Amino acid sequence: MKSLLKLTWIEAKLFWREPQALFFTLIFPLLLLFVYGGIYGNKPKAVFGGFGHVDVSVPSYTAMIIATSGLISTSVIMATYREQKILRRFKATPLSPLILLTADVIVIFFMTALGMILLITAAKLVFGMRFSGSAFSFAGAFVLSCLSFFSLGFILASLIRTARTAQIVSMSIFFPMILLSGATVPLEIMPETIRSYAKIFPLTYVVQFLKGVWFGKAWSEHLTEILVLIVMFVIGLLISAKTFRWD
Amino acid sequence: MDKNAALTVEHLRKNYGSLTAVNDVSFSVQAGEIFGIVGPNGAGKTTTIECLEGLKQPDQGHIRVLELDPQKDRRALNERIGVQLQESNIAAQIKVWEALDLYTSFYAHPVDSGQLLIKLSLSPIRNTYYSKLSGGQKQRLFIALSLINNPDIVFFDELTTGLDPQARRLIWDLVRQVNDQGKTVVLTTHFMEEAERLCDRVMIMDHGQIIALDSPEKLIQNLGAEHKVIFSVKGDIQTEWFKNLASVENINIFRDKVTISGKNDRLLADVVNLLTARGIRHYDLHTQQPNLEDVFIALTGKEIRN
Repeated sequence: MKSLLKLTWIEAKLFWREPQALFFTLIFPLLLLFVYGGIYGNKPKAVFGGFGHVDVSVPSYTAMIIATSGLISTSVIMATYREQKILRRFKATPLSPLILLTADVIVIFFMTALGMILLITAAKLVFGMRFSGSAFSFAGAFVLSCLSFFSLGFILASLIRTARTAQIVSMSIFFPMILLSGATVPLEIMPETIRSYAKIFPLTYVVQFLKGVWFGKAWSEHLTEILVLIVMFVIGLLISAKTFRWD
Repeated sequence: MDKNAALTVEHLRKNYGSLTAVNDVSFSVQAGEIFGIVGPNGAGKTTTIECLEGLKQPDQGHIRVLELDPQKDRRALNERIGVQLQESNIAAQIKVWEALDLYTSFYAHPVDSGQLLIKLSLSPIRNTYYSKLSGGQKQRLFIALSLINNPDIVFFDELTTGLDPQARRLIWDLVRQVNDQGKTVVLTTHFMEEAERLCDRVMIMDHGQIIALDSPEKLIQNLGAEHKVIFSVKGDIQTEWFKNLASVENINIFRDKVTISGKNDRLLADVVNLLTARGIRHYDLHTQQPNLEDVFIALTGKEIRN
């Protein structure tokens, strides 16, 4: 317990000292918000069911932050630790891998949550963002989405040995996914063919789930998404626990 | 099994693919001694020490460290040993005091990390990032991390490689201090001088095998190599004067420089006594003794640096 707390605290400080991770988790979503919010404004539109561009974008950008943390941060941090033989030094102590991974999940979760809070605050203050769901229900959907994506990221983190490979692999999954899952460009304005392809990306389910709950739908109306996310979480956990290597 | 043994190794073997890194190695280390494993790069030193630490799994053989099995009881063993690895790092952006604080939390019975900071002269750099430390500072930090659980055995793998001579000497003092606290030290090095100065016993390895194991003094003595007394003289000197000394085997005079050699320990005393008795004015008198480097060359037919 002592080591979990200490490790979490240190990992949080290390995350804070890493400009790249900080930029993509905290700053980049705000940039998107201001650029697209500036272009399209937030007037109610029929295509968005009476909501504005910013209103639909906030849950989508939240999904993007989850993908950033889940895929890029987890895999790059772990691969860096492995490559620089930081994990190897840990292996020579009584520290258990479970505590190490838990500390990382906690830190990355709080950073993701911070990214979301900044995004929502800015959207509210600058664009008068509308929210018609329950905060509790949205928070729950956020937590499930995070866990599911982090465990996906830990599969990459367990398999990849160098920071460079981790960056290339996670980015090449990340970019097509955020573009085609509705996380950046709303699926509503995309052609039908792309909308059907979007179903192969795990992130699409996060976007659908978060957006639905954002606009007041109940969890029971998102059973498909919830099921997909739970299955992803369990599979990710099993694979990464089996494949974790100190060196 | 020896009762005073801190660790024992029997018939250890480790292969990497078709390469045999360690080939049937057996030895034991006594509690409280500084035990050195020396040899050229690729001799199998690091593989051996990492099998002892539980970081590598032997292909064959039997290892007990503090009566524990490094593979089966790795976590329990890690509570009781200190480790400095040849290749390892801590996070680049972690500060010195944070690293100690973090590693303190891994152990059930840690020592006071503030004391360690002082003891290893890390206090002035306690707020420095790991990535900004010099080689010597990094090694001092790694020594501190290895001592944080008050271990019974400390393993140092190539502790002074890449350090300048001054930093190296500082590290040697630290290793002696660690040993003075009653801790067993197992170290690897490819500096023969380091092994000779620090170690109670030295195990010389080459091509994955032990080629000699004894105290540095014994190893050198067994070599039967010559001692040399070298000095310069002003004025006349003759070979015949020294010929009657029992300890002298060879005399070489070149201009004013005299080199007298022999295998007996009494050579120096005999030569100095004679010079004094005959009133010969001499200067620059010094001796040249065989060292571990010579032992290594004699045993393997090559220099260690290669």
